[in-house]
Amino acid sequence: MLSILKTLWLILLHTFRRRETVLYPEEKRRIPPRWRGRIILSRSPDGKERCVACYLCSVACPVSCISLQAAEDEYGRRYPEFFRINFSRCIFCGFCEEACPTLAIQLTTDFEMSEYVRMNLVYEKEDLLIDGPGKYPDYDFYRISGLAVKGKGKGEGDEELPPVDVRTLMP
Amino acid sequence: MTVNLSSFIMPLAILLILLIVSAWLIWLERRLLALWQDRYGPNRVGPFGLAQVIADMIKMLTKEDWVPPFADRAVFVISPAITMVTILSAFAIVSFAPGISVASLNIDLLFFISMIALNAYSPVLAGWSSGNRYSLLGALRATAQMVSYEVFMGLSLMGVVALTGSFNILDIVEAQRPLWFCIPQFFGLVVFVIAGIALTHRIPFDLPEAENELVAGYHTEYSGLKFGMFFVGEYLNVILISSLITTFFFGGWLGPVLPPLAWFIIKTFVFICGFILLRASLPRPRYDRLMALGWKIMLPLAILNLVVTGSIILASGY
Amino acid sequence: MNTLFFIAGTMAAVSAGIAIFQRNAIHALLYLIVSFIGLGLVFFLLGAPFAAVLEVIIYAGAIMVLFVFVVMMLNVKGMWYEEKGIFRIGAFIGPALLALVLVIEVFYVLWSTPAGTYPLTMVGPKKVSISLFGPYALAVELASMALLAGLVGAYHLAHRIGSAAGKEEDGHE
Repeated sequence: MLSILKTLWLILLHTFRRRETVLYPEEKRRIPPRWRGRIILSRSPDGKERCVACYLCSVACPVSCISLQAAEDEYGRRYPEFFRINFSRCIFCGFCEEACPTLAIQLTTDFEMSEYVRMNLVYEKEDLLIDGPGKYPDYDFYRISGLAVKGKGKGEGDEELPPVDVRTLMP
Repeated sequence: MTVNLSSFIMPLAILLILLIVSAWLIWLERRLLALWQDRYGPNRVGPFGLAQVIADMIKMLTKEDWVPPFADRAVFVISPAITMVTILSAFAIVSFAPGISVASLNIDLLFFISMIALNAYSPVLAGWSSGNRYSLLGALRATAQMVSYEVFMGLSLMGVVALTGSFNILDIVEAQRPLWFCIPQFFGLVVFVIAGIALTHRIPFDLPEAENELVAGYHTEYSGLKFGMFFVGEYLNVILISSLITTFFFGGWLGPVLPPLAWFIIKTFVFICGFILLRASLPRPRYDRLMALGWKIMLPLAILNLVVTGSIILASGY
Repeated sequence: MNTLFFIAGTMAAVSAGIAIFQRNAIHALLYLIVSFIGLGLVFFLLGAPFAAVLEVIIYAGAIMVLFVFVVMMLNVKGMWYEEKGIFRIGAFIGPALLALVLVIEVFYVLWSTPAGTYPLTMVGPKKVSISLFGPYALAVELASMALLAGLVGAYHLAHRIGSAAGKEEDGHE
């Protein structure tokens, strides 16, 4: 009997406690930078598209929500002709980001993407592509991979093969 | 029998206000529960979330009103109405202030007990007619609980009647002018409050509708407006019991400075909040414990209270 | 007032009749409850509010709930086939004759008192109590003893099922 009265009193004291609820739209919580939210396509510091249309993200995607078509520009550089992510299927697992060799596809901290119409959740390339380098401001794939480093030329590193001449048919 | 306009308007106004207030109590309960659980509760629709009730009502009214094919249709439809009718007619005797009441009989208190007794049919018939085992279990529990606690409720009020010498609500309130009955009838108050909670079957005595055991107990199969009747009926019941605690033990509308109606509303409001506080803090007892509490503690306490009150009245000689 | 009385009386009588002929046990009980409430109203209109309320509290409110409870637990749907024999015409002759005597009495009373002069005296709770514990004290005591015997008997029956003896029987079955 006494314990019941004590319970009532303790609960009554909660009247003066701070409320734990965060009133979301007015008051936003800090979101950690590694949050897996809306997917974007980034550009390298010189403003070119990072994506080389290698299809690795599309392959890695467990729900097959990424579809793209590769194309080549006049300099022989690959780029996606279209790049489509169906966010109504996406589970925000981040596998695409891990698979990407050029750090082009990145998950951001934005999660407010509700829509009334399901088709509006299918994002095209122009919706995905941003103007900046995203989370990696200085990274440029073509300036890091396949280049000579200090003291070693191309293909001279340990367990490294000489560069392949892509212009010949010889093995 | 004088039939004038005000004798129609008064009951109608009281009825409407009660229905509106009981719907609004849903909002109050959610806000208070949230307050005591360090949350906010509904605060989006309208100022302070007050229009949440309207939204809920629209949702409930536009839902499909479904009668299961295995149900006993006639009884299934009648039983939610029983709870509304009995509780609303029990309000007839509640005197909100001098002159503001639907009726004043010389057997007010007994009329209230009889309406509460008839209210027991609502869960019983609802549970039986649903043709669902969980509902039937809820109905069985409701029967045993309500029939038992009616006894204690009636007995606990007899002390008040003995002190007043009348079953009339006005007499009972007027008799409390020197001293509210919550002091000489403290044990009567305790029994009445506990029996009141049991009869409204709210937490902690909500065994007939225990969600984690019986889906929703006797109203499992109900939807739409019929469920709404049970839902609002529960809150009406809370208002009824709270206002009667006020009337029988806390001096009704008596009080200084403020007008009588204000005092009545304030006191009733405090007890309604008390009901919600109980819901916020106490767990549900086991069923046999509930019955044991009733028959082994409440009944002796109520009888003892009555006997002691009677002997004191006899000894003091009036 | 007279109109109300006749409505209530008719309601009580009709629902009692339906209660007899209703084949669904629960529905029959519901009609019986309506009949009790009608009777309560009749008592009220005859100037005995206390008896009226007791009728509703005890008969309609408590005893009939227990009846409904038991019927609900037994779930006697469709049992009426076995009881078809009850509804023979011959079985009605005796009760009908007895009821006829009552009906004649009622009509005699109604006709022998001129309209509007029916002696209506209020019988409040106090009067009922004084007569119960005054001239009828012996009857009250006898009734309470009968109830006590019933209580002890019920406790005895329930006790044997619940306690050690019951457990032994369970073991054999």
